[in-house]
Amino acid sequence: MRLHRSSSGRFAFAAVLLVLPFVIDALLGHGWVRIADFALLYIMLALGLNIVVGYAGLLDLGYIAFFAVGAYTYALLGSPQFGLHWPMWVVLPLGALIACGFGVLLGAPTLKLRGDYLAIVTLGFGEIIRIFLNNLNTPVNITNGPQGISAIDPLQIGSFSFGSSYEWLGFRVDDVHLHYYLFLAFTLLVIFVSRRLEDSRIGRAWVAIREDEVAASAMGINTRNIKLLAFAMGATFGGISGGLFAGFQGFVSPESFSLMESVMVLCMVVLGGMGNVGGVVLGGILLVVLPELFRNAAGPVQQALIGRVVLDPESLRMLMFGMALILVMLWRPAGLWPSTQRRREFAAEDSVLQQEQETVYDARK
Amino acid sequence: MNHLLEVENLKVSYGGIQALKGINLSIAAGELVTLIGSNGAGKTTTLKVLAGLLHPASGKLQYRDRSLLHVPAHRRVVNGIALVPEGRGIFARLTVEENLLMGAYIRGDKAGIADDLERQYVLFPRLAERRTQLAGTLSGGEQQMVAMARALMSRPELLMLDEPSMGLAPLMVEKIFETIRGISIQGVTILLVEQNARLALETAQRGYVLESGAISLSGTAGELLGSDAVQQAYLGA
Repeated sequence: MRLHRSSSGRFAFAAVLLVLPFVIDALLGHGWVRIADFALLYIMLALGLNIVVGYAGLLDLGYIAFFAVGAYTYALLGSPQFGLHWPMWVVLPLGALIACGFGVLLGAPTLKLRGDYLAIVTLGFGEIIRIFLNNLNTPVNITNGPQGISAIDPLQIGSFSFGSSYEWLGFRVDDVHLHYYLFLAFTLLVIFVSRRLEDSRIGRAWVAIREDEVAASAMGINTRNIKLLAFAMGATFGGISGGLFAGFQGFVSPESFSLMESVMVLCMVVLGGMGNVGGVVLGGILLVVLPELFRNAAGPVQQALIGRVVLDPESLRMLMFGMALILVMLWRPAGLWPSTQRRREFAAEDSVLQQEQETVYDARK
Repeated sequence: MNHLLEVENLKVSYGGIQALKGINLSIAAGELVTLIGSNGAGKTTTLKVLAGLLHPASGKLQYRDRSLLHVPAHRRVVNGIALVPEGRGIFARLTVEENLLMGAYIRGDKAGIADDLERQYVLFPRLAERRTQLAGTLSGGEQQMVAMARALMSRPELLMLDEPSMGLAPLMVEKIFETIRGISIQGVTILLVEQNARLALETAQRGYVLESGAISLSGTAGELLGSDAVQQAYLGA
C-alpha cells in the first residue's frame, strides 16, 4: 500500500489500527470484533493467493487446501487428539513449512499446465486434501473424520494466552481483541513480505512468466524454480493463516475447507485488484464484512418493508453477494483497486488486440 | 577454424515426425551466418534447440568447446546465447523500457544495465520515443526492435534471430536489416534465420540452406546467391 507515505500519516494509520477493535466493540459489539479477526485471517489468505494468481498468473482453485494443512497441523499437534500440546511458536512455523511442502507438491506436477487446465488440477487437489481429512479416521484415526478436532489449544506464548481475558489498569481486554493484535501483526508481516517480493528480481520474474513463459525463459529466467517458488510462498502464507485459524476457533473440521472457500479467497483477490497488495486487502475486508452485513440486515429490512421475513437471510445473502460481484466485474473489471500495471493492461487491451489484428493483416499481405 | 558454435548430426523428432534429420553447422566468433529455407524446413526448430527450448533426439551441440546438451534454456542466456523468438515474444503488457530491463534479468550490474539501456535507445531511436508505451501497442516493426533490443540487453555473444522480417512493411524490413548489420559490426556473432533469402544472403557472410530437415547447400553468401539451385528455389529467378 502506497497510501501512507508521510511518517505522520503512518503514525495516524497505526493509531487507527490499534484502537480499531475497541471502537468496533463499543459501536457494534463483540461479534464484530470477531469478524474483524476473521477478516485479518482472510486477508492473509488472499495475499498468499495473490502471489500465485496475481503475481505469477497461475490460476489456483484449490488454495484453501494450504489453509487446511496449516489448520490441521496446528490441531493435531496442539489438542487432546494425540495428547500433544506443542507450543505455538513450534507448531505455527511447522504448519507453514508443511503447507509450503504441499505447495511444491502441487506445483511440481503442474509445471507445464496453464490457464483452464491448471485450474482443473488445482481444484482437484483442493478436494483431495479435504476428502483425505474427511476420511483419515479409519483404519487409524488421525483427523477424527467429519467430526473434526475440538478442544484445540489456544494461541499461547509462554503463560500468556490469546484465548483469555485480561485486566490491565482497570481496562478489560478480551480474547477477540488479543487475537486481533496477533493477527494484525502477522498480516502486517505478510503485507511487508508481499511488497518486498513484488519489487524484487523474483517479482519481475513472476511478471515475465505471467506475460509469456517462453520469452521469460529466453530472458534467462529459471521458469521451473520461479513457478515452484510462487506456489511455495503462497502456500506458506496459507499455512500460517490456517494455524492461526485453528488456534482461534479451537475447532477444525473438513467442512471449513470446501471449494466455496477457495472461490471466496479468489474473489477477494480478483475483486480487490489482482497483483495489488492494497486492493487484495480491500477485497478481503469487503468480502468478509459485506456478507455479515447482509446477514444482519436482510431480516430486519424485510420485516420493516413488508412486515415479515419472506426470504431466508442466508440465501438472500448469497444472492446479494453474487450480484455485487457481477456489478464490480462489469464496472471495474481490473478490480476495485488495481495495480497500476493491471489498470494499464485493461486500458490497453483494446489497442493491443487491434494491433495484433493489424500485424496478422500485415503478415498476410 | 575455431568455432563458437558447432552443431553435429542434430536430430529432432516431434512425435513420429523427424523435423531435423541430422544437420551440421558451425559459426565462428564474429560471423554473421544465415539459415534460409522454406516454411516447415526446420529453421525455427533449429533455433529452439540451440536456445534450449527443445530437446534433440540426438546429436552434438558444442558452444565454446563445451556441450550445451544438458544446459537448460535459462543457463544458456547466462552463457551468452540470446534468442529473438519467432513472432517476437515481447511482453505485450509491459512498457518498452520494462521489456528491455527484463532482457537484463541475468545481470546484476546496475550501472552497466543503465548504460546498455541508453545504448539500445541510440541504436533504436524509435524506442527512446516510446519507452513508456506498452509494447503491445507498438507497430510490428517497433515490436521487432523491442525484441532485438531486449535480447541485446543480456550482452549476448551469439544473437539468434528468428525471421525478423516476418509481417513487416518493406521499408521497416530494410531498417531492421540495417540494424542487424550494425550489431554484427559491433562484434556480436549472429545466426539469422530468414525466409527472405535474398535479403538474408545480402546481409550475411555465410549461409546454410535447410530443406525438409536437412542442410542441402552451404557456402559463402556470394556463392549461394549465385548458385542455380538457390536462384530457382528461393530467389525466384
